[in-house]
Amino acid sequence: MIKFNQVYKRYPGGHEALKNLNFDIAEGEMVYLTGHSGAGKSTLLKLVAAIERPSSGGVLVKGQNIRSIKPAAIPALRRNIGLIFQDHKLLFDRNAFDNVMLPLQICGFDHREAGKRVRAALDKVGLLDREKAHPVALSGGEQQRLCIARAIVNRPTILLADEPTGNLDTEYSTEIMNIFKSFHQVGVTLLISTHDESILRQFPARALHLKKGELQG
Amino acid sequence: MKTLIEHLRVLNYTLRRLLLTPNATLLNILIIGIALSLPVGGYVLLKSVQSLGSQIAGTPQISVFLTIGTGTGDIERIGDKLKQHTAIKRIEFVSREVALKKLQQSTGMAEVIGGLSQNPLPDAFIVYPKEGNLKAMEALRDELNTWQHFEHVQLDSAWVHKLEALLDFGRTAVAILAALLSFALIAITFNTIRLQILTRREEIEVAKLIGATDAFIRRPFLYFGLTQGLLGGIAAWLLVAISLQLLNHQVGTLTQLYASNFSLQHLSFGDSLTLMGFAAYLGWLGAWFSVSQHLWQIEPR
Repeated sequence: MIKFNQVYKRYPGGHEALKNLNFDIAEGEMVYLTGHSGAGKSTLLKLVAAIERPSSGGVLVKGQNIRSIKPAAIPALRRNIGLIFQDHKLLFDRNAFDNVMLPLQICGFDHREAGKRVRAALDKVGLLDREKAHPVALSGGEQQRLCIARAIVNRPTILLADEPTGNLDTEYSTEIMNIFKSFHQVGVTLLISTHDESILRQFPARALHLKKGELQG
Repeated sequence: MKTLIEHLRVLNYTLRRLLLTPNATLLNILIIGIALSLPVGGYVLLKSVQSLGSQIAGTPQISVFLTIGTGTGDIERIGDKLKQHTAIKRIEFVSREVALKKLQQSTGMAEVIGGLSQNPLPDAFIVYPKEGNLKAMEALRDELNTWQHFEHVQLDSAWVHKLEALLDFGRTAVAILAALLSFALIAITFNTIRLQILTRREEIEVAKLIGATDAFIRRPFLYFGLTQGLLGGIAAWLLVAISLQLLNHQVGTLTQLYASNFSLQHLSFGDSLTLMGFAAYLGWLGAWFSVSQHLWQIEPR
């Protein structure tokens, strides 16, 4: 599903964010991405979502090479990837329902069908009773769950989560990890970056450990 | 069907956006309306004056007045000679009696003529030349002036040509004005859209992250430009209509004095549609320039 082959990422100015990465993630697998901040976790996720391109090497996502992907092909790729951000990236000019509706609008969904899907996604993350609420009125954990609802409403085959439990206390973290686990059980490929050791113990899975841009072990 | 629904959704969204900031929207529409109403108003005035010109002048003609006392035989000979002239299409003879009757019928002259002891009018020919242009007509007039029994040869439509030249000047001026103000309209839309893109930067970024195509992101801005241009066109139409209403009131009193039924005509249905279509197109164009100038700068990081 996701394949890295001798991937390097250098930024202008000479900083080498990723060095010689080689790994495979199979379809339906759940994988952690661990390491200190600045180790290159976010950069790696950005490569998978074609937000950045590798400086050299091959990044294959669902058979597409990110290094040579045409700009016109990027939207179709991203519709297959659910992105969950640490800073949520919610839109504050619309309510929870409309935030989750956005990916379906982009795909040109039939309005009534889309409404059902939005409610299903909100139900999944436990926010069905807050659909009219604006993001400002939601707590940090609720905002994160709303971000997850938006990422899954389009039923993507890959979920990328960048520090999804970063700012949350243990109780909320467990809640969110339980949501991820349920996606894993229905066959979604998950790549979750985290520096939270307790999560790894609680929900064990393969972990890729990054240190200064290189894979360890 | 899917795309139609999507377009309707964007249209609905655009209208709501316009209503969200009613003052700014109204001001923009008014500015566009005023900018467009200037060349449109000029066009309408020119068109009215032009129709007045052709209404009065009709086909170009030369009036030839004979010396009073020219005999019937001479008149017949002159008529034959005129008919055979290569530069003349046809002629019409107006006898002095007929001319007097015509004059009696025209406004306010009956009493004056009734007081005359004898007919002061000469016999006349109306000559329709083959060539309608000013040069050929002047040449013909000069030639006819040398003929015997001709008291006076008059080029009736010379002033129409002068008017025509003046109208050409006016048309050029209106065209230049229209071109300049079209640029102004594009610039206004360009700037409005630029501000919108800047304020919606976050939304655009997120949309790109979750797989929006460029077309999807561009569409609401293009619709906005199009709608604003169209509303500006309608505003221009209304402004011109109101101005004409006011002017026609004045023109009415003026033309009554000249016993004419001249009035300023508003744009025809076709011209109105052209105006609104053009305004909408310019708005779309301004938005398109703005979007292609600014949107690529917003890439998610």
